[in-house]
Amino acid sequence: MDNEQIRDEIKRAIDEERVMLFMKGTPDMPRCGFSARVSQILNASGVEYAAMDILPDPRIREELSGLSGWPTIPQLFVGGELVGGCDIVTEMFESGELAETLGTGRPQGAEAASGEQPSRPEAPRGAPAQSPPLQIE
Amino acid sequence: MPSTAEVKERIERALPGATATVTDLTGGGDHLRAEVVYAGFSGLSRIQQHRLVYDVFEGEIGGEIHALSLKTEIPSFAATKENDG
Repeated sequence: MDNEQIRDEIKRAIDEERVMLFMKGTPDMPRCGFSARVSQILNASGVEYAAMDILPDPRIREELSGLSGWPTIPQLFVGGELVGGCDIVTEMFESGELAETLGTGRPQGAEAASGEQPSRPEAPRGAPAQSPPLQIE
Repeated sequence: MPSTAEVKERIERALPGATATVTDLTGGGDHLRAEVVYAGFSGLSRIQQHRLVYDVFEGEIGGEIHALSLKTEIPSFAATKENDG
């Protein structure tokens, strides 16, 4: 497999999988704490996602970072767009933004579809200033 | 391997007016965390904010610096302005 084929395979995955995680190891057997955390968050979110292990060939990571302009692993893509790595995904999960991005939960205090998710207050607690403005018409 | 002080200095030099707090997560010098407060983050998505910081260390992350964990913030005066109205 040459580099171009690897790049095409990565592009295909990003374009075709709505939620695509590039990680070290697999969701069942993550090989890095940061990758483990992001796959656990996705599992907890109840979203269907595809994962690609970047470890088998160093060129996967090179091509991926070349495409995304993002230096670290894991990398989460939703709808073909890079959402972020472990730090951003963790922050978004804690603020409730991730559920919005994934389309798994309703923000604005609506009752979460799954009974185990605590309902959120109107504004996410401790939401950083760069959060998108609340939808106030 | 750059020290925490060096990482702090490089971030603050590259992003004028930024304040960076850099800690060594493992004591081994290769897993660093930087909390960066910078007015220039205003109006940028998180991805773009993190990219600004990563760009300071182009090529070193994943190499010399195995991992740089980031938290980016906009200083409160800038945020207040942005959210006004």
